[in-house]
Amino acid sequence: MALDKNYERRSTTLLIIIALTVLVYLIRLVHLQLLSDEYDKYADSNAQFRKVIYPERGLIYDRNGRVMVYNSAFYDLMVTTREMKGLDTLDFCRTLNISREYFDKRMADMRNRRLNPGFSTYTPQLFMSQLSVEQYGPLQEKLFSFPGFSIQKRSLRSYTRPVAAHALGYVAEVNRRDIEQDSYYASGDYSGRSGIEKMYEQQLRGEKGYEIYLRDVHGRIKRPYNEGRRDLPPVSGKDLTLSLDLDLQEYAEQLMVNKRGAIVALEPKTGEILAYVSAPTYDPNLLVGNQRAVNYRELEASPYKVFLNRPIQSFYPPGSTFKPLQALVLQQEKIITSRTEYACHNGYAFAGMKLGCHSHRSPLDLPSAIATSCNAYFAAAYRAMIDDRKYASSQAALDVWRGHVASFGYGARLGVDMAFEQSGMIPSSEFYNRVYGNRAWKGSTIISNAIGQGEILATPLQIANFCATICNRGWYYTPHIVKQIEGETLDEKYTTRHQVTVDPAYFEPIVQGMRASVTESIGTSRGVAIPGIEVCGKTGTAENKGVDHSIFMCFAPKDDPQICMLVFIENGGFGATWAVPMASLLLEKYLKGGIADNRKWMETRLLNANLMEVEPENQ
Amino acid sequence: MNQRTNNGSFLKTLDYQVLFIYLFLVIWGWLSIYSASYDYESSRLLDLAQFSGKQFLWIGISLVVGVLLLVIDSRWYYNTAEIIYILVMALLMATIVLATDVKGSRSWLVFGPVSLQPAEFAKFATALALAKYIDKHGFRPKESKRDYLTYFIIFLPVLLILLQQETGSALVYFSLFFVLYREGMSPKLLLAGCCAAAYFVISIRYGSTQLWGVTELGTFLVLLLILAITLLMFHLNNPKEKQSLGLVLGGNLLPLSVAVLCNVAGWHINLCWPLLATMALSLGYLGWLVFKKNLREVGQTILFAVLSVAFLFAVGFIFDHVLKPHQQVRTQVFLGVVDDPTNAGYNVNQAKISIGSGGLAGKGFLNGTQTKLKYVPEQHTDFIFCTIGEEWGFVGSALLLLVYLYLMIRLILMAERQRSRFVRVYGYCVVCIFFFHVLINVGMVLGIMPVIGIPLPFFSYGGSSLLSFTILLFIFLKLDAERLRYH
Repeated sequence: MALDKNYERRSTTLLIIIALTVLVYLIRLVHLQLLSDEYDKYADSNAQFRKVIYPERGLIYDRNGRVMVYNSAFYDLMVTTREMKGLDTLDFCRTLNISREYFDKRMADMRNRRLNPGFSTYTPQLFMSQLSVEQYGPLQEKLFSFPGFSIQKRSLRSYTRPVAAHALGYVAEVNRRDIEQDSYYASGDYSGRSGIEKMYEQQLRGEKGYEIYLRDVHGRIKRPYNEGRRDLPPVSGKDLTLSLDLDLQEYAEQLMVNKRGAIVALEPKTGEILAYVSAPTYDPNLLVGNQRAVNYRELEASPYKVFLNRPIQSFYPPGSTFKPLQALVLQQEKIITSRTEYACHNGYAFAGMKLGCHSHRSPLDLPSAIATSCNAYFAAAYRAMIDDRKYASSQAALDVWRGHVASFGYGARLGVDMAFEQSGMIPSSEFYNRVYGNRAWKGSTIISNAIGQGEILATPLQIANFCATICNRGWYYTPHIVKQIEGETLDEKYTTRHQVTVDPAYFEPIVQGMRASVTESIGTSRGVAIPGIEVCGKTGTAENKGVDHSIFMCFAPKDDPQICMLVFIENGGFGATWAVPMASLLLEKYLKGGIADNRKWMETRLLNANLMEVEPENQ
Repeated sequence: MNQRTNNGSFLKTLDYQVLFIYLFLVIWGWLSIYSASYDYESSRLLDLAQFSGKQFLWIGISLVVGVLLLVIDSRWYYNTAEIIYILVMALLMATIVLATDVKGSRSWLVFGPVSLQPAEFAKFATALALAKYIDKHGFRPKESKRDYLTYFIIFLPVLLILLQQETGSALVYFSLFFVLYREGMSPKLLLAGCCAAAYFVISIRYGSTQLWGVTELGTFLVLLLILAITLLMFHLNNPKEKQSLGLVLGGNLLPLSVAVLCNVAGWHINLCWPLLATMALSLGYLGWLVFKKNLREVGQTILFAVLSVAFLFAVGFIFDHVLKPHQQVRTQVFLGVVDDPTNAGYNVNQAKISIGSGGLAGKGFLNGTQTKLKYVPEQHTDFIFCTIGEEWGFVGSALLLLVYLYLMIRLILMAERQRSRFVRVYGYCVVCIFFFHVLINVGMVLGIMPVIGIPLPFFSYGGSSLLSFTILLFIFLKLDAERLRYH
């Protein structure tokens, strides 16, 4: 370990290298901090202001390319609290015409991290949204004298016609949870809350961009940073084309004024929704702008459940509209044929009880039973199936039956492209075992199912979809309201054909029966008839503690259906009174483009009808 | 030397200057971390949920460890050097397997609330092992074949850390070649290594910039550099050949000036070609001198120039034709040429603005507007120098650099006063590791160096780096305090 003096001089080399490095860095610091033109300009105006540029939300068109939803500009007032030094609060409040208390409250709320999790003293925070014209004008002129404040342009949804509120849904400011779940959102952003706006939020919202500006010590924006080379332009949202027919939609909503219920019209061949009404409805413009919260509370307080999206969220026993489905399943299971006849003497007696029916000739074959909606026919046939010895048990028979029914989309969510769909209910053997005890039930116990009452529950959309399946003689596409997305293909689930478990041949007697229901004197749907169009229909009644709900499903023309429809009117009584004529007018409107003069009286009668007063709370 | 004189005696010989600088840096760093992540709503300095509070905890731990290291018998460091090295290397290997993926790097071991980066602790272990090996076996530059174990000691952690995807930390070990240089490695090797690194970085860093649309700036700058080094070598070896030097200098610069003027006038020609031509002529002239005047050293100079140019074009060729596009992008991101998804280029730009905005005296403590988390994501760690630049201005950042300079000079002087080669080599390792960190970190923030994420010693947020730098320094302090015991 002798001392090694040979290379001692080399320590000087290292010293020089280190000293030179520090020297170079010091020179660089002098250049950056003291001399540089580029950075000297930033010496007291360094703060970059990253101004978010909001993309245009995607437009929404109807099936004929007419604009339904577009955007119009409005202005938000933002504040960066750290730069507020020297604000003349009095002058500021006077300019905006707000009180000092309001100003203080807004400032306190903004700093409250529970209300505003994204708060930062360095970034612009929302002070007031959607300035009125009276506020914007004077403020714009004096903005330079209010340090820290800036104006942010945004766009609001606007509607060409005040229709389809439930289908479209609405857009609202994001809340704390939205921000936590999706880092795209910042405080003050908007996102779709319901309907299509929520379902297609990703496509509609686009991509935010930004522009970078330099600002001086007073927070005033001076000029674009680096000549805008680091800016990022926003990407507009994608436009949507809906399957709705704007005229039909508007007409349906007009007819439903002062009524409660739902209308769903489908194009059977595609599963596209042509009209989608939930009544009572509201003007979508009410949920736009800074009056949104007030209007929302008012609408929500209504006893008529305005925000209930009836076509997919309400469910009822489908009543007699379920009989065609029974007929299909019973044929498929070889319990009946189209020529099977059952007798009916004002009802069906069983186990010491009687299921009532109205007066009609007896016995009836299948098409006639559908045309007159004979309860006895379906009760007898259904019981024959559930108690048939060819199945291991009534339980096994019920589950076979249930399998067929489920293939039509009943008992589960269809998967329509709207948020919050309900599934309805088709009971299983397990369900009845729970209710009545294991195997302690048989056909007569659950006889109400035969006529669509009892434990069966369906949404209006499911019934409309069933009608479409009849039109197609055995298949359907999942109903959907968005027909086309700009630059994207539709989700595969809307282009996949669902085949039901009943053979197409068994559909003919059903179609015959539904046609006879319109044409024959014994039919219940005569009121839907339109001269020159072969309309088919089936009425139904959902039993209710008060006045019954009336249901009507129909399609036209018989052999090449262009449209099928479900009209549901709460407390509408017997179907023929309100639901049938309403469907007739809508079919005429869609297929012929207008209402014939000799049918105007029907239109007038329906437009003037008011069924709102009947037991609104009863549902 | 007996035990009695050993006890407590180190307090008299301890280098208090270094200790004072250490405390100064650590505390200033802590305040800067506080400022960098400062927020109105949660402004407590010691809040353990904040970076500053956590750093305070780590400072406490580091001080305790530092004191322990001073108390331990210094002979222990010498005796256990290999064992420590082997244990740490084993830990590095284990880390590759055990570590969880943090932003693509597999270098963090998580123990409940604490995360440690074993790669940091490999620095002092490698320094100890290298010092002991050289002390025992010597470093014999003339018989370099026998020094393979020396290189192995340095390159093993490099390899293991590269496998953890921590390129920055791996590069640190190359600074140990300065130590080898001090111990006798040929300066030519050092020069060649530095030149290769410089050519590589410059040619790619400025490879996509064009002068007048035709001259590739990277290549042009490297050619100028080669010319400068060649002439310097010629001058140092043959100080009397002033006439030849002037001839070569003029012969290169005059045509080049003409070419530049042509470009200015609007006739765009690639400046590299006239420069290459005159350089080739110059080398021919120098070659003629070898024969005519029998200048022996000139041969090496010519060789250097030719190899340099060959290397330059090899780098270009490999980059353009051998590397796949994604590898090209990765290299460019590493060198800060293009913005990566985490916006390295954007950060550097922000860093320059924030430092530039500091001016002479800065905006004052906690008053920086740029140097907050909102603008530069790594503000409290790798970009901490921005906070100094913005809040303390030129005065503060120059002071910090000078403090580092003083610390490194002090450490070199301390290393040179050792009688034991073990302690001297260890001391140089400490200096070189510090130097590399400061060189890269500050250079990156100032926009001179490629974006390599390594911390600023004692300053950046992070328990592992603070603790490892403390260990590195305090072992040297202890060894130095007992320098009279060794010979």
